Amino acid sequence: MPERIVVPFGPQHPVLPEPIHLDLVLEDETVVEAIPSIGYIHRGLERLIEKREFTEYVYVAERICGICSFMHALCYSQGIEEIMKIEVPDRARYLRTIWSECSRLHSHLLWLGLFADGMGFENLFMRSWRLRESVLDVLEDTSGGRVIQGTCKVGGVRRDIGAEKLAEMHRALDPFEEECRDLGDVFLNDETVKYRLQGLGVVGKDDAYALGAVGPTVRASGVAIDHRETGYAAYGDLGFKPVVETAGDCYARCAVRVKEVYASIDLIRRAIDQIPEGPLDVKVRGTPDGEYFSRVEQPRGEVIHYLRGNGTKHLTRARIRTPTLANIPILVKMLPNAQLADVPVVVLSIDPCISCTER
Amino acid sequence: MGIFQMTRTVLRNLAGGPDTRPYPAVPARTGPFTRGHVTFDPATCRSCGLCSRRCPCEAIRLDKEEKVWEIDRMRCIACGDCVEGCPFGSLMMEPEYFSPVVEHVVERYTITYVKPEKPAKKPAEESTGAKEEGADAGA
Amino acid sequence: MTVNEEQTIINVAPEDLMREVEGLQAGGYRLVQIGCTDIGGAYEVNYSFDKDYQYRNLRLTVGPETEVPSISGIYWGAFVYENEMHDLFGIPVVGINIDFKGTFIKTVEKYPFSVTRRGGDQCRNA
Repeated sequence: MPERIVVPFGPQHPVLPEPIHLDLVLEDETVVEAIPSIGYIHRGLERLIEKREFTEYVYVAERICGICSFMHALCYSQGIEEIMKIEVPDRARYLRTIWSECSRLHSHLLWLGLFADGMGFENLFMRSWRLRESVLDVLEDTSGGRVIQGTCKVGGVRRDIGAEKLAEMHRALDPFEEECRDLGDVFLNDETVKYRLQGLGVVGKDDAYALGAVGPTVRASGVAIDHRETGYAAYGDLGFKPVVETAGDCYARCAVRVKEVYASIDLIRRAIDQIPEGPLDVKVRGTPDGEYFSRVEQPRGEVIHYLRGNGTKHLTRARIRTPTLANIPILVKMLPNAQLADVPVVVLSIDPCISCTER
Repeated sequence: MGIFQMTRTVLRNLAGGPDTRPYPAVPARTGPFTRGHVTFDPATCRSCGLCSRRCPCEAIRLDKEEKVWEIDRMRCIACGDCVEGCPFGSLMMEPEYFSPVVEHVVERYTITYVKPEKPAKKPAEESTGAKEEGADAGA
Repeated sequence: MTVNEEQTIINVAPEDLMREVEGLQAGGYRLVQIGCTDIGGAYEVNYSFDKDYQYRNLRLTVGPETEVPSISGIYWGAFVYENEMHDLFGIPVVGINIDFKGTFIKTVEKYPFSVTRRGGDQCRNA
C-alpha cells in the first residue's frame, strides 16, 4: 500500500493570482484527494450595505474584483432597476454591452496569459498581455479607468462614447482580431500545448451539471448555459449563441475561452454598428422596496446579486454569489488522478477569482 | 508541423523594441478622461456641502463657519461623484496620478468666495440712492 | 434568442425541505446558491434552483439556534454554501458531507453576520 503524504498548495504560490489553499493528499506523485480552504481575503463587503446608501453602493460593488469589475456594477444596477421598475434608455444599454464585452476580452486575455505562464510558456504569456494592453487603453480612453471603469450607475451610464471614438474602435477591431486569431492558433494548434492539456482534469456532462458549475468550465463539458441568452442589456437585440465544447478537459476549457474572445469581438462590432442615439440615464426617484435576484454572465460564469430593500435609502441585504464559489466543488472533483506537477494547470483552468469568492 | 506556430512572433520580438514604458522615469500613459485626482477652486465654492454628502468614502469635509474645505487624499478613490455633483463647477478631475507618500496627507483650503453685492430692490425714483447705500454698507 | 426568465418563490417548512429538494433534483434542476438573510431576529434561508433559466426558490424561516438539515446528500456541491452559511451566520447545519467545522472562512469575530452581532461599529479609518 503506497504511503500517503499531504502537501499544502498554499495561499502563496507563483501561479495563483489570488490566495486559495488546497491540501493535496498524494500517493507517490498522483493526487488522491484535495480539500479546499478559503478565507484569506474576506473583506466583509456584504456588511457595507448597512453603511452606504443604495446609490453609493455601486462603487463598492465595482471594487469587489479587479478583473470582472464592470459586470458587478452592471448586475447591481440591473437589480436595483428591476426593483424600482426603472427603464434604462437604449443608448445606455448598448454602451453597457460594449463595456461588458471589452471587460470580457481583457479578462480572457489575462487568463490566457496566466494559463500559458502556468504551463511554463512565458513568451505566450507576454504576448497575450501585450494584446490586452490595447483593450485596457480603449477602456481608459472611453471611461477613465483601466481596471475600475466607474461608468455604470443606477439608472444608466455616467459617460458617453462619442461617435468618432466609436468609429476609431471599429477600425481598430480588424487588426486586433487578426492578432487574436494568431494567438488563438498557438493555444489550439501547438503540439506542445496540446500534449500538456489534453486528457487532464476530465469532467463528464452530467457530473458538471449536477455539481452546479457555471461558466466556461461547464460549457467545456457540453452543457450550454450562458446567461447572455436571457437578453439583458442589449444582448436581446444583438442575438447570441453560447460557445460549447464537449471534451471536458483542460484543452476544452481553453478552447471555449479562445472562441469566446472571437465572439466578443464580433459582438462589439455589431453593437457599434447598431447603437442608437438618445439620453444616457434616467433620474432615480424614490427608494427600493422589494427583492430581486439579478443574474449576469461574467467572464467566469454566472454571478447573482440578491438585493432586498425595505423602503429606506439603505438596503437590508445584498448577497453576492460569484462564479468561482460555484466552481469549487468541480475543482475538488477534477483533481484526483492528476500528477502533482499538473495541479497548477488544473487549478488555473477553472479561472479562479478568489477576491470575488470571498467578497 | 505544429511546434513552429510561435516563430513569427519570436522573430518580430527580436527585431522590434520593448513594449513597456520605464515608469516612473517616464510619466504613465493617461487618456483625456483618466481619473487621476480631484482639484478644488476655492474662489467659486459656495459651501453648499453637496460634494461632502455625495462622497462615498467620506473623504471631503466642509466647515461652513470657518470656511475650510478639506480633502483626505488617502481616502479619495477618484470616482468623480463630487465633480458631477458640484452645481458651481469648483471641482475638476485631472488626469495626472499623484506619486506615493509616506505620511497622511489632508489638504485644507480656505474658501475665498465672496458673494457679490446685489443692488437692493427699491422703487424707481430712489434707485440711484439705494445703490450707493448698498455699496457703502458692503465696503 | 431571448428567453423569458421567471423567478418564483415557494415557502417551505423545515420538515418538507428534503422532499422538495429531491423532487427538484428529479426534475433536472441544478443548485444555484443557498443564501441567508437576517430579518429581525430570525433567519430566512433561501435555496435557489435553476433549469433552462427558470428560477425557483425555496424559502425557509428559522430561529437563531434551529438546526437545518444538509442537502449535500442530494447535491454534492452544496457543502460550499452550507459551510459559508455556518461560518458567517452561525446556523447549525447537520450532516454536511465535507464539514469544515467553522474553519472554512476564518474571521476575528465569530459569526460576523449573525443576529447577535455587534452593531454600529465604525470602520477603522473614521
